[in-house]
Amino acid sequence: MSPTNRTVVVTGIGATTPLGGDSASTWEALLAGRSGVSRLEQDWATDLPVQIAAQIAVEPGEVLPRPLARKLDRSAQFALIAAREAWADAGFTAKAGEDPAVDPDRLGTVVASGIGGVTTLLGQYDILKEQGVRKVSPHTVPMLMPNSPSANVGIEVNARAGVHTPVSACASGAEAIGYAIEMIRTGRADVVVAGGTEAAIHPLPIVAFGNMMAMSKNNEDPQGASRPYDSGRDGFVLGEGAGVIILESEEHAAARGARIYCEAVGQGISADAHHITQPEPSGRGIAAALTNLLQNSDLKPAEIVHVNAHATSTPQGDVAEIKALRQVFGDDVDHMAISATKSMTGHLLGGAGGIETVATVLALYHRIAPPTINLDDQDPEADADIVRAEARPLPEGTIAALNDSFGFGGHNVVLALRSWSR
Amino acid sequence: MAATKEEIVSGLADIVNEIAGIPQEDVKLDKSFTDDLDVDSLSMVEVVVAAEEQFGVKIPDDDVKNLKTVGNAVDYILAAQA
Repeated sequence: MSPTNRTVVVTGIGATTPLGGDSASTWEALLAGRSGVSRLEQDWATDLPVQIAAQIAVEPGEVLPRPLARKLDRSAQFALIAAREAWADAGFTAKAGEDPAVDPDRLGTVVASGIGGVTTLLGQYDILKEQGVRKVSPHTVPMLMPNSPSANVGIEVNARAGVHTPVSACASGAEAIGYAIEMIRTGRADVVVAGGTEAAIHPLPIVAFGNMMAMSKNNEDPQGASRPYDSGRDGFVLGEGAGVIILESEEHAAARGARIYCEAVGQGISADAHHITQPEPSGRGIAAALTNLLQNSDLKPAEIVHVNAHATSTPQGDVAEIKALRQVFGDDVDHMAISATKSMTGHLLGGAGGIETVATVLALYHRIAPPTINLDDQDPEADADIVRAEARPLPEGTIAALNDSFGFGGHNVVLALRSWSR
Repeated sequence: MAATKEEIVSGLADIVNEIAGIPQEDVKLDKSFTDDLDVDSLSMVEVVVAAEEQFGVKIPDDDVKNLKTVGNAVDYILAAQA
């Protein structure tokens, strides 16, 4: 293949999520249909309209040394933990250069966040008001800047081919992985650490999203609050965490004898140009992204057996996505097992594309689709085969899966992965 | 009441431990903050602010660049207390 059209594969995964401190525990919980949502017990949550969230299962302070953790925003802490797991999972034993299997000049990072270091920004403003100028941390700027997770991961692994941070709200994590695929496909890098992270569980984002009428207010039943495709859905539940994968050119992975999880076939991207927050109701923009994916890759609709849907549990968004799948794939949608893992993880905003790509990689690798919990009464407008209460085996042979992510601003990103048998 | 030299060294050792994770016993007069104690320029600002608070002194930004070693800082604080 020419350097501009190289095959890209996934060789490592890592995550820290509301379901577990790594990808294995997260995957186990996803297959078991466990919810990561709970009631917020913090004092600041007492009088808020929304008092639920999917909080991280393992606090980063339990994993990272204190001197390092105190210089990183929570979003960068999550990203670093997930990236370290993915890096080791890919078989690398030290940073690039020290491990001769990776050339630092051929290694990149693309780790995104939707909001960036929002708890640092707000926390330091509180310190400025309450304690004065001198007490504002000199680390504030490098902690709050949205490229901080990508930059810190880049320093950790010694990535010199480029460190990037696409920002597209809740599509950020998926856009990061798409960008990474292109870096390898076009020959800019051989290995890229890519994913998404978010840490926005703080009263201001919760109140702000709540005032948009975007969040579930089902405080009485936290574990039942995130219910994609169910007639009773009333908005998303905010989650936090990170998911990171290692992408690699096929030849680079083969040369070092790496374990290959799956192929990263490509991406489809479009924009709605419709409304800053509302999804275009017919699904036109999402359909354009799906069409773009088919036009720019060798993916065949007949191969697609699984979709990790964006499905955040909002009344409009969940249905628009299904309509778009129908528009583009027609009856082929009938052989797609559709899973909404946000029913368990909550919505990680810019982290969603990261952890959901990890879930999609594992679904193909283990040939099993995770369930969608809380789906008691399926919205008739969601005309598709949603995997309900129990995980479902996926077929033998060559199979492919999609991971959809859409964001405020009208961003539509669809990633395609395919089983690997070579 | 002014702190003694020993109290200042001990106080700085606690501060450096908190900020950079270096064991207190490694924080000695001849050690360089940057080269020996893992205190970069940003973390040095934190060390200075913590030292100002603990020892009741003012260390202007222009003087911070002269505090290369723990000994420099101890001498500065001793003089500033006087």
